[in-house]
Amino acid sequence: MSYLAKPKFRHKGLEQNALGFTHRDYEGAISTLCAGCGHDSISAALIQACFELDIEPHRVAKLSGIGCSSKTPDYLLGQSHGFNSVHGRMPSVLTGANLANRELIYLGISGDGDSASIGIGQFVHAVRRGVNMMYVCENNGVYGLTKGQFSATADTGSKSKAGGINADSPIDLVSLALIAGATFVARSFSGDKTQLVPLLKAGIAHKGAAVIDVVSPCIAFNNHAGSTKSFDFVRAHNEAVNRLDFLEGREAIKLDQAPGTVEDVVQHDGSVIRLHKIRDDYDPRDRVKAMDYLQQRHAAGEMVTGLLYLDPEPRDLHAGLNTVKAPLNRLDERALCPGAAALTALNDEYRAG
Amino acid sequence: MPKPIEATNDFVVKFANVNGSGSASANELFARSILRMGVPIASRNIFPSNIQGLPTWYEVRVSGEGWLGRRGGVDLMVAMNPQTWDKDVASIDPGGYLFYDSSKPLPPSKFRPDIMVIGMPLTEICNRTYTDPRQRQLFKNIIYVGALTALMGIGAEVVESLIREQFKGKERLLEPNFKALHIGRDYASEHLEGLCKLKVERSDLVGDRIFLEGNDAIGLGCVYGGASVAAWYPITPSTSVAESFNAHCRKLRVDPETGENRFAIVQAEDELAAIGVVIGAGWNGARAFTATSGPGISLMQEFFGLAYFAEIPAVVFDIQRGGPSTGMPTRTQQSDILLCAYASHGDTKHVLLFPEDPRESFDFAAEALDLAERLQTPIFVMSDLDIGMNQWLCEPLAWDEARRYDRGKIMTAEMLESGMDFGRYLDVDGDAIPYRTLPGTHPTRGAYFTRGTSRDRYAKYSEEGAVYVDNMQRLLRKFETAKLLVPKPVVHQAARKARFGVIYFGSTAPAMAEALDALGKRGLWVDAMRIRAFPFSDEVIEFVNAHEQVFIVEQNRDGQMRTLLINEGAIDPARIVSIPHYDGAPITARFILAEVAERLGQLEPRLEGAAE
Repeated sequence: MSYLAKPKFRHKGLEQNALGFTHRDYEGAISTLCAGCGHDSISAALIQACFELDIEPHRVAKLSGIGCSSKTPDYLLGQSHGFNSVHGRMPSVLTGANLANRELIYLGISGDGDSASIGIGQFVHAVRRGVNMMYVCENNGVYGLTKGQFSATADTGSKSKAGGINADSPIDLVSLALIAGATFVARSFSGDKTQLVPLLKAGIAHKGAAVIDVVSPCIAFNNHAGSTKSFDFVRAHNEAVNRLDFLEGREAIKLDQAPGTVEDVVQHDGSVIRLHKIRDDYDPRDRVKAMDYLQQRHAAGEMVTGLLYLDPEPRDLHAGLNTVKAPLNRLDERALCPGAAALTALNDEYRAG
Repeated sequence: MPKPIEATNDFVVKFANVNGSGSASANELFARSILRMGVPIASRNIFPSNIQGLPTWYEVRVSGEGWLGRRGGVDLMVAMNPQTWDKDVASIDPGGYLFYDSSKPLPPSKFRPDIMVIGMPLTEICNRTYTDPRQRQLFKNIIYVGALTALMGIGAEVVESLIREQFKGKERLLEPNFKALHIGRDYASEHLEGLCKLKVERSDLVGDRIFLEGNDAIGLGCVYGGASVAAWYPITPSTSVAESFNAHCRKLRVDPETGENRFAIVQAEDELAAIGVVIGAGWNGARAFTATSGPGISLMQEFFGLAYFAEIPAVVFDIQRGGPSTGMPTRTQQSDILLCAYASHGDTKHVLLFPEDPRESFDFAAEALDLAERLQTPIFVMSDLDIGMNQWLCEPLAWDEARRYDRGKIMTAEMLESGMDFGRYLDVDGDAIPYRTLPGTHPTRGAYFTRGTSRDRYAKYSEEGAVYVDNMQRLLRKFETAKLLVPKPVVHQAARKARFGVIYFGSTAPAMAEALDALGKRGLWVDAMRIRAFPFSDEVIEFVNAHEQVFIVEQNRDGQMRTLLINEGAIDPARIVSIPHYDGAPITARFILAEVAERLGQLEPRLEGAAE
């Protein structure tokens, strides 16, 4: 529980990254979520991704809405500024923060209530604007903090802990992200760290709107038989189309697998996403086919995971707005205020007589 | 038939037109030609929520004395809209004038015996001169401007020079416009000579004053005040704030070397997202604002509570319109005062500024951006449609070159490095304003978690009652600090010692100035105070307590400012009498005069008698 201070003890042998930071430097407060919550696994994966990417923790801004998932930014990156905003409105707050300082890394952490119900509009609009962020939806199909109501991502026919059957159609966040124009779309499972960590790394490095839907079972209210978001169900129906390694530019690029099953996608900044194909015919660069495939597999009762779509040449909101390279929050009077002489000229234009 | 009104440089002309008929630019040409004659005017659009077809009016107050409010009444009605004919004719003051299109004969019952009728066969002239129906419509407007300016003694060269300026770069349009103008002028001198005794005489009373809209002034004020992020959602009557900011930024905020923008404007998906963007940008250290109107303010409520409680700078321009609900979207009111003062659930109080005209809108826009960062809270600038969407004659805008932005208390990396204690909600200076850090400042110090939930002085989550109360009390003390920083009220003492006072604010100011003058002339002495901000500085409460009775004139039904005064100033409700005006049209001097005089008469019959 968070009122317990986290021990400051550090094992001397802890692995260090290129900046000399250990895992511990990327941790936050102790989680107040239930023991075994999928969200905590995602926090651990985020910590690992940031550690492996050699990110300076204070150069990350963590933003969230309201709900169990939205509490998690407190449990990672303790040296980063965090903002637990209002329910469903994190995307707009993150957009504003990003406009103010384009140099930081923006991590949007949300849940299915936040993203697919109350905040579906903001989610879609932040994505369609191409805000440079990694948007993680910790998706458990249920409202945990209010004890077990269905969320909008719950599948038709799935059963609540109290025994109710969901009659409504589910909202598929990855399909929504694809339609809205996200330039990086992935889905993963909180219980599969080997798949999740590289996806998070690639998503953070992506210079556009990256959306990762992470199915994350709710141990307290949605992990029973009849739920389609339980650990057992997800394990049984998880159909990964690929696995990937995220390689930064300086790492040696060496293929050690049979040709045809591995493909390197070089991104704009020189980083490489190495795809280990599981489905030979799946091309994550084809948005239309990706949407088609997702719908087909969904109809067959399967949940597709992996890197679903990638545009290696994304265009972000700042490019669309043609803003200066320097962060707007660093501009001073000289850059912002046109001065008294310009106002004299304007007064002449407005002159009445 | 009473004697026709004779007036020079002091009368009201009202144009009744059909929306979308091209009358707006012709009517503005008429108004500007009077300004060009050196005579002050106040012009107001009264327009429908519609693109084409519904009635629209344009009122021009000509005032050599410089009264810029609505006077009330109409001396000359230019009746160009059959839909509203009856009401338009009825609104003319006895002895006033009706100018109309006499192409089609109208029965005598359509007129009044106590007004002067000036008919001109506009349609007939247009049909004779032009074949294209669109031209017939557009030039009809110019033709009546020609006739009216000739009737009033405004020289052709004055109007021509304005037309020349208007069509700079489109010179091929000059000749046809000149032609139409002269058709009107020639007809007036041949057939209508001497009929109109409303005259404009050349003067030099305009001086170096400027003529601009409040929304434009706000957009420019945000450029000068250093706003770099704007987020908005289109809504009448605020839309032109964002458009103005955009237009001025494109001229004044583009890096000359790279061509890149030193600003970011997001047209959001709704008002919720607009204020969210503003709060995100403010949290991250950029000056940010949104512009909206009542319905948008309603939608933003939850976020206002967050910004208040988490202490994030934000500037909101509320260009008020008629409420509640969709209300009267194209009419003016001052009816969002309580909504903004106590916006959001829980205990909240917000800083409000009340500009009186476009010039003060410019000043307050820049001021609000400073106050938001100084106080780390949302600042509401309460304009309205009357100020926002009409061009007002006002003093030139001014900017002190030595002025520096007040960025408030931001703890820098150097300060953190030097070992200063950082508590995000810690009152270190006794003014209840804590320091904040911006994201990305320091590798190991100064990071904190911003939240709308309760927390302690070091931003650590806490549900403890004492910790919560400690923070809420500090927010109250911060509001006391705000009291010292916001613009002070402006007091006009009566020429003689007055037992009664009158309070007003915002767009009521010019009509009040004229009403006070008229009251004085009738021997009715009242002190007047214009409130410029909430929280109320001590002077506001002292003013109320210094008078036996205070009238408060406001453009809403419920006396919202009165409620706020009574609530915040612990004032006996009996001391303040509400004078509400809320039909959606800007308040008039005649209305204020009549209402105040009547109440003074009730309070002190002798006074009213003495005034006769």
